[in-house]
Amino acid sequence: MSEAMLQISNVDKFYGPLDLGVHAVKNVSLDVARGDIIALLGSSGCGKTSTLRMIAGFEEVSRGSISIAGREVQTLPPVKRNVAMAFEGYSLYPTVTVRDNIAFALKSSGRPAAEIAEKVAEIAEMLEITDILERFPSSISGGQQQRASLARALIRDADLYLLDEPMGQLEPQLRTLLRGRIKYYIKERGLTAILVTHDQTEANALADKIAVMEDGEMQQYASPEEIKDAPANLFTGTFVGEPPMNVFQAQATASDKALVFALQDGSELSFPKSSFAAALHDRIVGLGKVTLGVRPYAVHRKETGAAARVLANQWLGDQSHIAAEFAGGALVLVEHDRAALAEGDQIAVQLDPEDLHIFDPRTGAAISHGASLVG
Amino acid sequence: MQSVSTLERVLRGTALSLVIFFFMFPIFWIFLMSFQTNETILRVPPSMVFEPTLTNYRSLISGTLEGSTATLEIRFMGNLYNSLFLSVTSVTVGLLLGVPAAYAFAKLKFRGSEDIAFTLLSFRFAPPLLVLLPLTIYFQKIGLADTYVGLIWVYQLIVLPLILWIVRGYFEDIPSDIEYAHRIAGHGFWSTFTKIALPLAGPGIAAAGLLAFIFAWNNFIFALVLASADKQPVTVGALAFITASGINYGQIAAGIMLSIAPTFALALYAQRYLVEGLSLGAVKG
Repeated sequence: MSEAMLQISNVDKFYGPLDLGVHAVKNVSLDVARGDIIALLGSSGCGKTSTLRMIAGFEEVSRGSISIAGREVQTLPPVKRNVAMAFEGYSLYPTVTVRDNIAFALKSSGRPAAEIAEKVAEIAEMLEITDILERFPSSISGGQQQRASLARALIRDADLYLLDEPMGQLEPQLRTLLRGRIKYYIKERGLTAILVTHDQTEANALADKIAVMEDGEMQQYASPEEIKDAPANLFTGTFVGEPPMNVFQAQATASDKALVFALQDGSELSFPKSSFAAALHDRIVGLGKVTLGVRPYAVHRKETGAAARVLANQWLGDQSHIAAEFAGGALVLVEHDRAALAEGDQIAVQLDPEDLHIFDPRTGAAISHGASLVG
Repeated sequence: MQSVSTLERVLRGTALSLVIFFFMFPIFWIFLMSFQTNETILRVPPSMVFEPTLTNYRSLISGTLEGSTATLEIRFMGNLYNSLFLSVTSVTVGLLLGVPAAYAFAKLKFRGSEDIAFTLLSFRFAPPLLVLLPLTIYFQKIGLADTYVGLIWVYQLIVLPLILWIVRGYFEDIPSDIEYAHRIAGHGFWSTFTKIALPLAGPGIAAAGLLAFIFAWNNFIFALVLASADKQPVTVGALAFITASGINYGQIAAGIMLSIAPTFALALYAQRYLVEGLSLGAVKG
């Protein structure tokens, strides 16, 4: 059992007066174990950056508590929290060189010059910025500034590393390379890091656990695999995953041998009753109205399947994305081979019960993933 | 193409010359006057041809004003010193008070901050005399009338709002994250203010200081009402040139040349800060 390096307990953030202002972060609780990398994932305005800034101490905590390394910090100024941060807007000191920017904190803590030089060289090499160390921030590109800012944070000895969109400005190739190196750097040293990102690939690649946020609320906090296989609610299910999960509204009715989902256009999906555990079956029938979700990778073409009409077919170089009209909505399926389909073609698609995610349409909460009932 | 650009250059040159002539001619004329006697200045028609003389400057520096009928003592050099002392001290005090205040107004949003900042600015709305008359009575009661301290205090009405509002804009332009980055790296509030905020707002502070200096230097009414002869700056002291025996234009011109010299020199030296400082967006991350 590793101890918690960061504990966020029932934290609220209001911009403006308590309980009346804009409620940016709603009752968020989350523990981060020492040595873990976690990602706060969400679209802009979801409260992830507010959460990060409360951890850093730039925003007041309206309610709740934050502990770092077992110490309550929500009333301490940033300087006393022992955290390092890479800013989304880089925020390099414009008046000094990249090298001095990176070395700044080490210099002011009075480390020997030789040690500082060695550390700067090491981190600059890792982030591929050795050649711009003597330049000033205004004369380098956004991507370079971003890496310098990341170096300035990672070089420090801190309890917690806060990385706000640390790779948003990098070219895809460099991003992939640095992702690997940064993860190795953090893991090798046993550092604890919190990453804020809207890029799910980045979250999946770097993080041990992902906290999905939306509208100030934490939707789910789990490993990348769990978030993909067992999304806690409709939001997480549709937000995480590329292309997004297909979603249909359906009315469930039970017959003797089958569970039938009536879709909006009047067509029906019928599954053998035996595909569902008894408790799940009763729950679905009890609810009546349900939301069905199925990942594009889990939709297959099969002659015995339901009819659909191709709307578009795109070959992305390594996979085909096929959009089809199905049950009054659009259904996306992914195939790994180049599909010979054109707009207007009729296809038949097969949805398997073990690939279904079923949600309660009123609350959005997940009821089942595959055949297993949640909770 | 070539002919068009030549024409354009000529036109532009002419236009610039006209503007420069329009603004600089009075100063140039005064410059010429300062080397002439009253007789050559007042002759009709005026002429640019004359025998230059330094008597005007000499009498100003020695402090004796030689009119056509009598000799008058004036304290022009004393006035000049007063101007310099009052302006420099007022701007120094204004910067010491105004820069931290501007930072507070820019970065720490506290209850009523906008109201206080606006109140400070509103001091400049009222006609100075409206403030001065009651102030004179107060100053006499508390012994501040006719003192440098009292004058410098009142001068804050001119310099403080100016410095506050210009510098505040500069602090607001500094991305807060740069300061946060410094603070999270183990530095306190004060260190961040002096090491990050002040250097980044430097051009703005220089520009505000320069403008405040010019405004303080040119002030007339405060010193006229609140100071007696030995504390008066040149702007008030110049009244002494209008004497019962007539107006000595040559000496006035020399006085003007001497009194604009410090601001002129300062503006020439600091104009790059002024341009840099008054054009926004000086700070980029």
